[in-house]
Amino acid sequence: MGARDFERQLLSGGNGSIQHQADVLVIGGGPAGAWAAVSAAAQGARVLLTDKGFCGTSGATAPSGTGLWHVSPDGKAREEAKAGRFAMGGHLAEHAWMDRVLEQTWANVERLKDWGYPFPADDQGALRCTSLQGPEYMRLMRKRVKESGARILDHSPALELLVDEHGTACGATGVNRQTGDTWVVRAGAVVIATGGCAFLSRALGCNVLTGDGQLMAAEVGAVLSGMEFSNAYGLGPAFSSVTKSLFYNWATFYTAEGVAIEGAGSSKGRGVIAQTLQSQPVFACLDRADAQIRAWMRTAQPNFFVSFDRQGIDPFTQHFPVTLRLEGTVRGTGGLHLADDSCATSVPGLYAAGDAATRELICGGFTGGGSHNAAWALSSGFWAGAGAAAFGRDARARSNRTALRAGGVALSTRGATRFDAQEVIRAVQAEVFPYERNWFREGEVLRDSLGRLDALWARLRSSAPAATATEAVRAREAAAMLATSRWMYRSALQRTETRGMHRRREHGVLDPAQRHRLLSGGLDEVWVGQQSVAEAA
Amino acid sequence: MIEVISAERCTACNICVNACPTNVFEAVAGGPPRIARQDDCQTCFMCELYCPEDALYVAPIADRSATAEERDAAAQALMGSYRSAIGWGRGRQSTASADASFELLRRAH
Repeated sequence: MGARDFERQLLSGGNGSIQHQADVLVIGGGPAGAWAAVSAAAQGARVLLTDKGFCGTSGATAPSGTGLWHVSPDGKAREEAKAGRFAMGGHLAEHAWMDRVLEQTWANVERLKDWGYPFPADDQGALRCTSLQGPEYMRLMRKRVKESGARILDHSPALELLVDEHGTACGATGVNRQTGDTWVVRAGAVVIATGGCAFLSRALGCNVLTGDGQLMAAEVGAVLSGMEFSNAYGLGPAFSSVTKSLFYNWATFYTAEGVAIEGAGSSKGRGVIAQTLQSQPVFACLDRADAQIRAWMRTAQPNFFVSFDRQGIDPFTQHFPVTLRLEGTVRGTGGLHLADDSCATSVPGLYAAGDAATRELICGGFTGGGSHNAAWALSSGFWAGAGAAAFGRDARARSNRTALRAGGVALSTRGATRFDAQEVIRAVQAEVFPYERNWFREGEVLRDSLGRLDALWARLRSSAPAATATEAVRAREAAAMLATSRWMYRSALQRTETRGMHRRREHGVLDPAQRHRLLSGGLDEVWVGQQSVAEAA
Repeated sequence: MIEVISAERCTACNICVNACPTNVFEAVAGGPPRIARQDDCQTCFMCELYCPEDALYVAPIADRSATAEERDAAAQALMGSYRSAIGWGRGRQSTASADASFELLRRAH
């Protein structure tokens, strides 16, 4: 466990053309990263936030509309909300974590109101805070990050973490992909808020989410959890990126001949759609929406209609082809394992928030995305930021300590030949996209995929580093997707049952004896272990 | 994917170069930016929202370039339509305040 897979190189004075110092480095500028930055700055920390793209448009939230798990503390509402998805998640959520996320989400929504987010009012005049419009929310969060005093580096993907001689996280290196300038951040603590991994499937907003943070964290020995809960597929028009599925609750699904497909549905019947798509196209029509529902849909998610309006399709009367795009751990629940309430990972100085972290704590092995994930992002970001600020302040006195570069594949490997990142990406996609491999899992098929994925890793491990830091960005994305796929399928192989979103063909029911978490990690050697679920107090 | 940068409307402010989360655009000295990496476009429409001149058109097709027929007439008619629907731009009000998701969420499950 946590064995070092690569020889670490000492960070020298000449590494990185641009040098920064911070108490807290936040990697990733989606909602979790933005809340982490605001929260750390509020504790008095000097904060630097880096984003691969642009903080404000990056990530799955910005281009979307998202539900939010915002539940009143009055009466039984929260008890019902917690119970609502507990069984669907396979009884792996923990009441203490659900309680504190509901509480923190409630508090942070009050902040959003103070900051001027325009929540809608119902006909009684009460503000309704169960959804957020992505562009507006993330534009506001960028503004708040700046006003908090945190600095933002856009278009600045991190490539690897830095650790001191004790293995404590103390910064990162990266590159500005528009100028080609490399950078080094020496920091007292690091928050990984890089999102989940959707394998470049072109699901809405997800192509920046390639598992980069999980790779970097695993290289310093961090542990993951729940990586078998990683086969979420978003439903949308076949031609389009817009995988927003709420409205398909009012859809009927059809064959090409216009015959309704029995059992097909957006939530419970999605398996029927996956099954049918393996042999023939599936069409949808939102023909169960009445005039009132249609009007609400238009104002609820303008982005949903952009695709249809531009293709000249009326989704309420015409049949349009649909597909399922893999959203991996973005709408899955697996991610970095958290060691305590401050969202610390198993590595000192390293924190995780949002979809980069496991969400099993609040929704077990299933989430429809949105609601719980949005609440998790703003709660875990808030805690990780505060936790990192406390840790980073203590580390300030030791800012001259040794820093070792922890990056392996594509950065410090010693082979003679470089690997083709696009080819690796296609090879990984060929193992994780197909419904017959990943939606429906089976031991033999998982082993078959792992054979090729492990061999591919061995090849990357003995390849040459990328030619430039800019080229390393795509090469590291490929490596991160590959590492993610191996934690996924090793964990999926170990869980010989059907629980949450994880479905095994040959083990079609839930096995009460497997009500535990699966931890995983490692790069050259992937390992999987068990951890028990904390019971309600 | 991003298909059109209107030379008539673009003022070369390069906001799109900065706002695109997947770094699709490239600034060009003395003129509009160019679409340098179309294949990296994730069809998120964010560049349209951040363009103050409604000079960009993103076709809704995620996996390939649009044909001229799919692109030209639609671009002509619909440039700026998404920004207008969101309520961004001078004289407009964010439509987030009209978000009826709560009505739908109440009825969806």
